[in-house]
Amino acid sequence: MARKIKMIMAKPGLDGHDRGAKLLARICAEAGMEVVYTGLRQTPEMIVAAAEQEDADVVGLSSLSGVHNYFFPRVVELMKQKGMEDVLLVGGGIIPEEDYDFLKKSGMGAIFGPGTPTTEIVEFIQANVRQR
Amino acid sequence: MFEDKVLKKIKADKEKWERGPLAKSLSKSPEAKPVFTTISGAPVERLYTPLDVDDVDYDRDLGYPGTFPFTRGVQPTMYRGRYWTMRQYAGFGDAKSTNERYRYLLEQGQTGLSVAFHLPTQAGYDSDHPLSMGEVGKVGVAIDHIDDMRVLFDRIPLDKVTTSMTMNAPASVLLAMYLAIAKEQEVPWEKVGGTVQNDVLKEIICRGQYIYPPRHSMRLTVDLIEFCQKYVPKWNSISISGYHIREAGSTAAQEMAFTIADGIAYTQACIERGMDVDSFAPRLSFFFNAFTNVLEEVAKFRAGRRYWAKVMLDRFKAKDPRSMMLRFHVQTGGVTLTAQQPLNNIIRVALQTYATALGGAQSLHTNSYDEALCLPTQQAVTVALRTQQIVAEESGATDTIDPLAGSYYVESMTDRIEAEVDEYIKKIDAMGGTLAAIEQGFIQKEIQNSAYRFQKEIESGERVYVGINKYTMEEPPPSGLLKVDMSVGQKKAAELAEYRARRDQAKWKAALDKLREVSSTDENVMPYVIEAVTAKATVGEICDVWRDIFGEYRPKEYV
Repeated sequence: MARKIKMIMAKPGLDGHDRGAKLLARICAEAGMEVVYTGLRQTPEMIVAAAEQEDADVVGLSSLSGVHNYFFPRVVELMKQKGMEDVLLVGGGIIPEEDYDFLKKSGMGAIFGPGTPTTEIVEFIQANVRQR
Repeated sequence: MFEDKVLKKIKADKEKWERGPLAKSLSKSPEAKPVFTTISGAPVERLYTPLDVDDVDYDRDLGYPGTFPFTRGVQPTMYRGRYWTMRQYAGFGDAKSTNERYRYLLEQGQTGLSVAFHLPTQAGYDSDHPLSMGEVGKVGVAIDHIDDMRVLFDRIPLDKVTTSMTMNAPASVLLAMYLAIAKEQEVPWEKVGGTVQNDVLKEIICRGQYIYPPRHSMRLTVDLIEFCQKYVPKWNSISISGYHIREAGSTAAQEMAFTIADGIAYTQACIERGMDVDSFAPRLSFFFNAFTNVLEEVAKFRAGRRYWAKVMLDRFKAKDPRSMMLRFHVQTGGVTLTAQQPLNNIIRVALQTYATALGGAQSLHTNSYDEALCLPTQQAVTVALRTQQIVAEESGATDTIDPLAGSYYVESMTDRIEAEVDEYIKKIDAMGGTLAAIEQGFIQKEIQNSAYRFQKEIESGERVYVGINKYTMEEPPPSGLLKVDMSVGQKKAAELAEYRARRDQAKWKAALDKLREVSSTDENVMPYVIEAVTAKATVGEICDVWRDIFGEYRPKEYV
């Protein structure tokens, strides 16, 4: 039997809006992934440590407080330092489209804005996650 | 409301209509879907008639505005006396830029202020704390100490405006600063009016800006309520909030039920403190959401008013009618806004504003059409404020009180929502009360299940959302969005270092030591918090004192 996709769903920073993160965690779990939700107030260090400890294949970052340009690249950077380049990083929340390019260039696999169907996110993860 | 004879005839006539014209029409062309539901998933019948409201007793269930059970409104004249307070939630960057936005809004006819604090202040951290990195001035104004607060209210007379502060776990710290500034402006506290949210239970349920464990949080909440009752009599010492419960995914009825459950918990805690119910209950205020389904929202507000009045009378034996009034602020539904075709949001907000006016709110914040993308631009904020002014001045909704009363549909839905609220309250009582229900994750799970149901309905196309799953179109990415400069954080950190170095160290230390000492006893902390902020202690320093004593709350996650 193929190994389940292992996912960390994380809320970086002080933002408390976790409706989307929890919803997506549930939907990814229903799609056959093994999902760990970190809870609120995670620093980039805490998120990367969780990903390392869980041997995650994909890390989801959710931000609705406008801190994505600060936090997301930091998570990417820390993962690089730990040699975790093959872990897929996806982000979502209140993120203006004009920031997508910057975030993708800095190493995010995809950014999903408000109103994205969860099926699209699940399919993206399944298609782009590392094979093993 | 109708005599038996009349009802009998209506019943017979309705059956005749069903068998005749209706059956004929359905056989030619069926309805668009087998079941119709509100956005909350509540069933909606084809037609409502007197049969659906046959057990409504006008005097008992509706009555008159300003009298028990307040279904029709909390004041005898409602908007014929004066409109609701138009209060736009605003704050970004530093105190100076937010002060400019406030003075702009007041010039444009806004009638009250509402402070959006940035997340570090809400979580009790100073701007230079490691957890504040990236967040400074982002979703609200950065306020670390009393000097920031002075700049925030520069040239705004605190005896002329009322101010609402969305501040919960550190509510007493920010209220202390506000009262200290009032004193500097020589405004007596008896004249200071406004609201502090001070509702930690919903932070734990769904909003996430908690600091201390529930029991200690409740102590700080009650300290503030007790202090205001004695010294700041016009201050709404709590704003018990359903808004965020709805944003997190609840239905309309759940929003009302869980908010009232929180209200019961706070009232109980104040009574256990030894306060007489009528000494504080008139200053309890509420805060709700308004979605786009106008009729369901109106029914929700009416059901809530009636149910709360009964809770205060029956459960808490209040005698003062003011204790029984569900007075509330409304914010239009943030989560109803779409990033797609953002101008459509103006229409959603207009309908939500109309619902709020028909529902009898005391104050309102209207969201800006660009808020699914960023903080609102000045243009978007202006349209949002004008929306309120158009509904108030042009729509006619304000000319008569509770205009939808007597609608078979609205009355029937009011009854249904009230019954659902009652069912939840009984269930929560059986679980051992609100705190127990939260600790068991019951309330959180109910909300999350509703959010899940809604998402599934949207993705299956079962529920239409314009611009999301129907009438979609390609559009260029929006431009001209408001961005907060990252340099606010660096500026604030440098400024904080200087502030700490400059203050009278002995006075500062003595005030914090005293606060620490009192916080370990049963004494009310508020006077000592005021001492501490006046002695230039920062938000983070005061919250740290309590972190040491109370510990920090770490929730179990229910996914």
